[in-house]
Amino acid sequence: MTTYRTPAPGTHPEYLSPEYKTTHRRAPLQPLIRIPQTLSEITGPLYGHNPIGETDNDLTRQCAGEPQGERIIVAGQVLDEDGRPVPRTLVELWQCNAAGRYLHSKDNHPAPLDANFIGAGRAITDDHGNYRFTTIKPGAYPWRNHHNAWRPAHIHFSLFGPAFVTRLITQMFFPNDPLLPFDPILGAVPDARARERLVSSFDFDLTEPEWALGYHFDIVLRGKNATPFEESGT
Amino acid sequence: MRIATASQTVGPFFNFGLTANPSLGKMAGDGAQGERIRLSLRVVDGDGIPAPGDAMLELWQADANGKYNHPEDTRPVTADAAFCGFGRLETDGNGTCVFETVKPGGVPQPDGTLTAPHINVSIFARGLLKHLVTRVYFSGDPANDTDAVLQLVPEERRSTLLAQQENGLWHLEIRLQGADETVFFEL
Ligand SMILES: [Fe+3]
Repeated sequence: MTTYRTPAPGTHPEYLSPEYKTTHRRAPLQPLIRIPQTLSEITGPLYGHNPIGETDNDLTRQCAGEPQGERIIVAGQVLDEDGRPVPRTLVELWQCNAAGRYLHSKDNHPAPLDANFIGAGRAITDDHGNYRFTTIKPGAYPWRNHHNAWRPAHIHFSLFGPAFVTRLITQMFFPNDPLLPFDPILGAVPDARARERLVSSFDFDLTEPEWALGYHFDIVLRGKNATPFEESGT
Repeated sequence: MRIATASQTVGPFFNFGLTANPSLGKMAGDGAQGERIRLSLRVVDGDGIPAPGDAMLELWQADANGKYNHPEDTRPVTADAAFCGFGRLETDGNGTCVFETVKPGGVPQPDGTLTAPHINVSIFARGLLKHLVTRVYFSGDPANDTDAVLQLVPEERRSTLLAQQENGLWHLEIRLQGADETVFFEL
């Protein structure tokens, strides 16, 4: 039976993170109980819960007109810790618009909504684990965590992978954003290499002339236990 | 070896990206086999305050025959085509999600016996930097006494995993913190 490795210490944030205030009353304080991975944990929902539409991976073509802002391409590969591609898995993303406003009834940041931007997309990775989205660069936005708190520009990502235990929700950041060192959410990740993994890289090969800058963002899911590594045939 | 991608909070504004489709709470289609149930789960914080619309629950469960619709479940049993083992809802203003599903069958354990019927739950919320995992069991089910995972939970905390039935509705409170904090699992 397939089982999955425990991620290296420092990869994930702790639940209680003093700088991120909402964790104070929502973080469990009892230790988690470790259980073996059984059929319940190594199975999991596969991608088929909604069909993927033709414009689902192009957030600039989901409305009547074009959204405001800087058009970008976000693409990368979904892999496991051993470098095996994760094919045919659902990637969902959502983000605010170029002005830093989400299409959500409780977002009251006084920045304009964009009638031509929803901010949600979905894609299935191809046989080599690759995904690709066209979108616009999200703006920074304020939040009330502390005085003068601003989230760096980011895109929320949701992935399933092959099993219940590979489920991941994360955020992608942009290189050289001056807000990165001040963000308690990114900063809650203990390991510096793990924090770097959340920052996309500018990529000329993805960049399309006269059209859009490209950002590369690979996503690494939990690796499998005790199965011999096999080089994929591609 | 590559370092895995870190978890980050789902934040408060995921609705239009993840939970805009409420039909993901209806897991049992017409003709699904087994006992149809409604399962109400309510998420509260350390002060007992419900998570209003800023938490998301995902369920993953076997069908009424105990079969997971997944290639790792290699038993020669066909998964119920009228049943979706995956459910996903955001909490309402009262912190509650109500799923329409079936009571799952037991699943084989390593020793050959069956697990107690249980539903695997992932909890995502603003303020949760990584999601929490728990299980819902059904109060009064005799198989609870021999379920291997439930036996790993100290007896005095097992009730935090047992849904109670009232007026045809199974209900369980998920307490993120504090007295009677729900048991969460590390997988
Ligand atoms: Fe955000």
